[in-house]
Amino acid sequence: MNALPLTIYASFAGAVLALAAGTRSHAAARWIALVTALTSFALTLLAASSFAPSPGLQTIIDLPWIAELGIRYHLAADGISLTLLVLTGLAATVGVLFSWNIEHRVGEFFALYLTLIGGVFGVFLSADAFTMFVFYEIAIVPKYFLIANWGSPVTREHAAMKLVLYSFAGSALVLAGLLWANAAAVAHGSVSSFSLNDLAAAATHFSRGEQIGLFALVFTGFAVLAGMFPFHTWAPTGHVAAPTAASMLLAGVVMKLGAYGCLRVAMPLFPVGLAFWQPTIAALAIIGIFYAGFIALVQDDFKFVIGYSSVSHMGFVLLGLAAANATAVAGAVLQMFSHGVIAGLLFAVVGRMVYERTHTRQLADLRQLPLHRLLPFAALTFVLAGLASMGMPGFSGFPAELTILMGVWKTSPVWALFAGGGILVAAAFTLRAIQVSFFGSIPLSRVTASGSEPIHAGSLHHYEPITLAEKVGTALLLAATVYIGLKPDVLLDWITPALQSPLMQAALKGGSL
Amino acid sequence: MNAVPLLSLVVFTPWIGAAVLAFLRGISPATTRALTLAFSLSTLALSGLLLFQFDPHSLSPQLVERHTWIVALNVHYHLGLDGLSLLLVLLTGILTPAALLASWYHLSPSLPLPLSPSSSPRLFGSLFLLLQGAALGVFLALDFFHWFLFWELSLVPAFFLIKLWGGPGAPRAAYQFVVYTIGGSAFMLVGFAALFVATGTLDFAQLAQLGRDGTLAAKLPGSGHEIVFFGVLLGFAVKVPLWPFHTWLPATYAEAPTGAAMFLTGVMSKMGVYGFLRILWPIFPAPLHYAAPWLSALALGGVVFGAFAAMKQTDLKRMVAYSSINHLSYCLLALFAVSYATGRNVATGPAASAALSGTLLQMFNHGLSAAALFACVGVLQTRKAHALSLPSDTGVPPVSLHDFGGVRTAAPIFAGLCGLSLFSSLGLPGLNGFVGEFLIFRGVFGLHPVAAAIATLGLLATALFLLTFWQRVFHGPRAGVTATAFADLNPIELATLLPLAVLMAVFGLFPGLLTGLFNPLITSWADHLTLP
Repeated sequence: MNALPLTIYASFAGAVLALAAGTRSHAAARWIALVTALTSFALTLLAASSFAPSPGLQTIIDLPWIAELGIRYHLAADGISLTLLVLTGLAATVGVLFSWNIEHRVGEFFALYLTLIGGVFGVFLSADAFTMFVFYEIAIVPKYFLIANWGSPVTREHAAMKLVLYSFAGSALVLAGLLWANAAAVAHGSVSSFSLNDLAAAATHFSRGEQIGLFALVFTGFAVLAGMFPFHTWAPTGHVAAPTAASMLLAGVVMKLGAYGCLRVAMPLFPVGLAFWQPTIAALAIIGIFYAGFIALVQDDFKFVIGYSSVSHMGFVLLGLAAANATAVAGAVLQMFSHGVIAGLLFAVVGRMVYERTHTRQLADLRQLPLHRLLPFAALTFVLAGLASMGMPGFSGFPAELTILMGVWKTSPVWALFAGGGILVAAAFTLRAIQVSFFGSIPLSRVTASGSEPIHAGSLHHYEPITLAEKVGTALLLAATVYIGLKPDVLLDWITPALQSPLMQAALKGGSL
Repeated sequence: MNAVPLLSLVVFTPWIGAAVLAFLRGISPATTRALTLAFSLSTLALSGLLLFQFDPHSLSPQLVERHTWIVALNVHYHLGLDGLSLLLVLLTGILTPAALLASWYHLSPSLPLPLSPSSSPRLFGSLFLLLQGAALGVFLALDFFHWFLFWELSLVPAFFLIKLWGGPGAPRAAYQFVVYTIGGSAFMLVGFAALFVATGTLDFAQLAQLGRDGTLAAKLPGSGHEIVFFGVLLGFAVKVPLWPFHTWLPATYAEAPTGAAMFLTGVMSKMGVYGFLRILWPIFPAPLHYAAPWLSALALGGVVFGAFAAMKQTDLKRMVAYSSINHLSYCLLALFAVSYATGRNVATGPAASAALSGTLLQMFNHGLSAAALFACVGVLQTRKAHALSLPSDTGVPPVSLHDFGGVRTAAPIFAGLCGLSLFSSLGLPGLNGFVGEFLIFRGVFGLHPVAAAIATLGLLATALFLLTFWQRVFHGPRAGVTATAFADLNPIELATLLPLAVLMAVFGLFPGLLTGLFNPLITSWADHLTLP
């Protein structure tokens, strides 16, 4: 537990080392990145193994930082942060494995990559709103460079710019909200502080109007990064243009930053505001689930299908948050973990295994290839990841969706029925993607029996075989989704006590309709 | 708790087989074939043990395995066996090997058959064993969580079997099949989420207890109870299918390869009926009772329109597909009639137990005869492909009523076995189909005479189209495909059809062999028909 802040420092140190080593040896930079990510992952697992769930954040370090404003460097963790820290450690490790083939400015790539990871760890560990905001910004900047330098050639500048503008606009709203909250707290007679606990205590004296306004600012600001409709448009373009590891991190972890901010800051600080905005958030979440799902259903670009599917799945997270009861929020956190793992797998297949071998993302081109024969490992991975993404039982998406449905039903049966429709849409677009991408329009019975012969003259490409790094990364993610699918208790036992803290209970009670 | 987890063995042996096949790279098609068949036969072998240990007079689930699984969601790994489950485990055990034999040209390119459009026999075998295990899991699970796991996972191998080995329209049909079914299941999932919120359990027996004593209705205020009921109903209605949720079925069955079509109609459609009997009816006795008049009308729609639609088909596979809708609608009609009569008068006992026995028999018998009919159509398809000298990689062609003539003289053994299946499906006394339908009609007449009267229309149309099938294909002068050489059954085809035909005759003459398994259970159901 007390070693958790090391994940932040190790990532930043690894970034510096990778940058230094990268000028001499690409291999050294890669290995530094891998060792750094593995170290962080091990630290999170170690903390998890000795974690004693308790309500409330367990403080790890708390130092004065900017004393005039009452800003403190305050790191703490509870079951929710721990879940997401483990996810970040896993995603970071796997992301390095899927970036093993990068040859262009390797040191800089991994330096930026590890900086991003360090920022993410920081956000999940912060118990001071200002500290959190600083780490949040640290996480945003590297994304721009990762996409703009290593992204797909045509769209990368546009996508990187769009993503960063959206992110900064979101954080501007958050910052404005935090400053307003701080000022209002002082005006209501509290001492200036950005500690989440202090702000929450001060916010109980705020007027209803202040609560509603503050919640709108802070929640919207964070929700931009969570891909909430109608602020989601950065996500598909960003995911598509980004290099594979960055897409995996963007969809897998960075979108979770937004949802985490909503849950950790906006909801407990401004419960009155939450109650007011609840139906609006639910409506936007449901629109997002369907709108992004329908777009994914008709996309011609394989990576866009996955990009929009992320937006659709994050809709379930937001719906769980909007329901604002312990069951639904626990489901939402479980869904954050689950989607982080599954989105990582999907982007790994589409961006790395398929695109870097076939050099096309157009479904119309891919369906001409008997890809399930040419890349059977990728096909199997995509089928399993697709099933997980559809919410098939046996994979982590299922307990997450089930728990969300349970919680949402408690708040509003009508929302739950919409969510049921959303599951159907997710099944439809995922199945279509599986069908068209890997299994084309050629039934297997039309293909000659021996796999080694050319299937159609000229259509067989000798693709580079799937590398060991890809296989290990895939195995890690698949193991995680199946393990949590069969034993969701592991995470629920961390998450549920965290939701019993007084801070969370204020939000969850204030939020019950 | 018993020492050997027999039921787990029943469920997971086929999955172990699938895993073994998946890991054995480079084994010959013949070995693949033998291994697949051996693992699929495990169910039948283990069923022997089950029959030996099973006590039909004990009404509670037997050989129960119950272990804590997910504490946070109060989920237990819970398997149990009663007469209904045992009947369907037996059916799965009989039909899976038959379906595999009927697919042997998919499993082996080297087999001397008219057609060998095969590839990846290992994949085919693994998928089939996965499907078998999932179906067995559905019939034995007593807790929603893993019951739903098996229920949903069964779609995955079915999807790939249809898509990869099916006819020209297979990709579309497979997609439609899965999306329709998941569409139903998604709302069933919402329903069970709500049930958990209201009761804190997902155990079928506990939920049924709460449904029976009215607690459930009290815990789901407002229209919650009805919403949950309709959500769960939708899941099963699509699966069976109940008219008008059947539109996925004809294309799916018609495009599926022979073995998969046999399994779909023989076993997977029973998963839906099983859901009605095991889950919907016990947990929601009151809503089902109130919806029963409407649902009976839908079931009658299936009986009548299914039969008339079959009559209009010239494609033989589609004809058999529509006849499945008709036959399964009888099962649902009987259940709805029982539910409708519940609480109306005291003299429903004998009629209800007749209707329910009929339903269970009909499930089993339809499984045998419909699977045999699909196998027969498969034989006709290979003969047509042979007659047209189609290249071996184009798959089997569709067959129509007008492609054949005089098969009876050309292939007497095939004609005999196919005729037996047709007449069993038609409900000829002495064959298995008769007993189930007779009991259903006997029961429904006692409970809901008007419905029974309308349903006879379906009987009439069924007789018409099955006799048309028989006459056009087997009688008359040799014509079409039959004009040239028409080989009689080869040993493998014989091995597929003969056991099914023997069972049809045996269970037709001695239905007591089956009813003995579930009679006490049915009697107890019929004796406890009450509404909360």
